[in-house]
Amino acid sequence: MWKWFHQLASPPYFYRIVPAFSAWLMVPGLALIAYGTYAGLFLAPVDYQQGDAFRIIYVHVPSAYLSMLSYMILAVAGGIGLIWRIKLAHAVAASAAPLGASFTFLALVTGSIWGRPMWGTWWEWADPRMMSELILLFFYFGYMALRSAIDDTAKADKASAVLALVGVINVIIVHYSVTWWSSLHQGQTIMAKGGPAMDPGMLYPLLAMIFGFNLLFGSLLLRRTRTEVLFRERRTRWVREMILSPEGQS
Amino acid sequence: MELLEMGKYGAYVWTAFGLTFALVLINEWRVRARQATVYRDIEVRIKALEENE
Repeated sequence: MWKWFHQLASPPYFYRIVPAFSAWLMVPGLALIAYGTYAGLFLAPVDYQQGDAFRIIYVHVPSAYLSMLSYMILAVAGGIGLIWRIKLAHAVAASAAPLGASFTFLALVTGSIWGRPMWGTWWEWADPRMMSELILLFFYFGYMALRSAIDDTAKADKASAVLALVGVINVIIVHYSVTWWSSLHQGQTIMAKGGPAMDPGMLYPLLAMIFGFNLLFGSLLLRRTRTEVLFRERRTRWVREMILSPEGQS
Repeated sequence: MELLEMGKYGAYVWTAFGLTFALVLINEWRVRARQATVYRDIEVRIKALEENE
């Protein structure tokens, strides 16, 4: 097992295995999203309080979940890169940032679209969940700006990893904001005490969407990291041999 | 038509779903475009080096 992890950290090995591995994530991911979308839009019963507007949950919750997961991947990978100086870990962190930022933006926009008919407002500045999620988006922007401001890749990796680790505090605040403070945002639903507080007809499509988006995100992250590895290793012998080989691009 | 209306929330629901799938497509396109650009740049540089050697 350790041997495999050790091998995985090797850029040529990682570059070679990603296409097959990402396809194994993407195909079931798309299937789950197709089922979740259909069931969420057309099969799930109407919510007795929110009417059909609740169906926004099927895109809002997976994107909000990914906004936090992506940041944790970014921070953990950055930490691993700092401590064990594994180059691949920094490539993972750098690749997770734009994906995480896009899903955070989506969580904010879909939340806002949901908020308008339910709360009567697009945005509430005093709401802890909304504000901490907005700060999360700024952490992503700050991380990417810091990386692009430093020309030396090694220095950019270290500085951005430190910033990423500081931002973990905000992810904890995002997650527990609905528990710690009074918020317009509803509390925990899937992970509520005593089990999910949802009808199974609503819950299963939501779980399908969450798992489906996670798999799709995994596929995107792997392929982004693969390109990042190629860019970072562009002056190495294995890249030169791969480019000049008859197989070429794959 | 009833399906499109989603009670009276059709505009909100379909906009949210539309934005989500647009963002997924943009992410997929960006991944492919970046891979193609990086690969092509390296290929051009390496082939130029080969010709000079």
